[in-house]
Amino acid sequence: MNKTWNNKAWWMVVPVVLLVAFSAIIPLMTVVNYAFQDTFGNNEFYWVGIEWFEDLMESDRFFDALQRNILFSCIILAIEVPLGIMIALSLPKSGWKVNVYLVLMALPLLIPWNVVGTIWQVFSRTDIGLLGNTLVSLGFDYNYTRDVLDAWITIVAMDVWHWTSLVVLLSYSGLVAIPEAYFQAARIDGASKWATFRYIQLPKMRGVLTIAILLRFMDSFKIYTEPMVLTGGGPGNSTTFMSIDLVKMAIGQFDLGPAAAMSLVYFMIILLICYAFFTVVTNMDKAETKTGGAS
Amino acid sequence: MDLSWMAWTTPVAIFFVVLVCLITAMGIWEYFQPGGGPRVGWLRFETTRGDRLFLSILSAGFINLGWIRWTDQSLWWALALSIIWAVFIYRKC
Repeated sequence: MNKTWNNKAWWMVVPVVLLVAFSAIIPLMTVVNYAFQDTFGNNEFYWVGIEWFEDLMESDRFFDALQRNILFSCIILAIEVPLGIMIALSLPKSGWKVNVYLVLMALPLLIPWNVVGTIWQVFSRTDIGLLGNTLVSLGFDYNYTRDVLDAWITIVAMDVWHWTSLVVLLSYSGLVAIPEAYFQAARIDGASKWATFRYIQLPKMRGVLTIAILLRFMDSFKIYTEPMVLTGGGPGNSTTFMSIDLVKMAIGQFDLGPAAAMSLVYFMIILLICYAFFTVVTNMDKAETKTGGAS
Repeated sequence: MDLSWMAWTTPVAIFFVVLVCLITAMGIWEYFQPGGGPRVGWLRFETTRGDRLFLSILSAGFINLGWIRWTDQSLWWALALSIIWAVFIYRKC
């Protein structure tokens, strides 16, 4: 049967194209223009060529922030993914308790980023904060505003508190979708809990876990508000991630040219990650379609 | 309409014009040969010609950045390398 082609439907995309042009493409074009120029205000710009990119590629400040971003993303993934799976495995599969647990799990996800930062800033203070004051009372030399390790532990703990629920919810959705027949077969074979997890549950959760890992990686890689509110990038520059450094450069120092160059490089890195995310997810869908959803 | 706040310069304008031309050319190509020409190549996952254009442009950005970081040579060489790389992507990926 011949398929009827009607390309008139493309006109329905026009409003979105216009919206994206105003909200993303035109600002991006401006950033590209700024990246090759210098300004002292008053809307006057001077061509500097690739000077800002040369500075950026030799800048320890940029590469240090990039390393902090990568380190932070790796740490939170190493904690949130296994923890999320463990919590999802321990949740009940049915009954009224399921709803209660799922709502409780979803609560941290509903709190705005700046509120999370403020909660943890107060929570971790050594004078009035429940966590900070308790740790100091127990004899720990804890001060997240002074000690680099304490600041990192606090930021990681905050992110784990905020986002592990996402991994839990995704893992749980993958777990409850596994047909009971698989578990019956495992029981008949006398499979241990570990073997059931390793050969049934984990492979069946592969799709949702991939999405969880990529979502968390992308989100943690562009983290800004929470550490900005909690530590302001300190002590020193120890928790200054790329996004924080970018805002400091653009708004704090009014170095629009270098900030534009940095944001373009940052954008390219994010684009690369997004493309990897898109490719993995679409190829996974195609593979599942080919195998008829079985794995 | 006053666009002076966008601080336009000729090189950046040329860059965007080339980008728009590339996308338009892809549209025309798609019109005459619909389907995007999907295939699995060197990257071991399926790519369409749109994917290959995207990868070529993004790689060109990283090639130029690497060139700036590790050499003092003219960026025209980086552009030449980017074009060779784009040809490789279109043929092998």
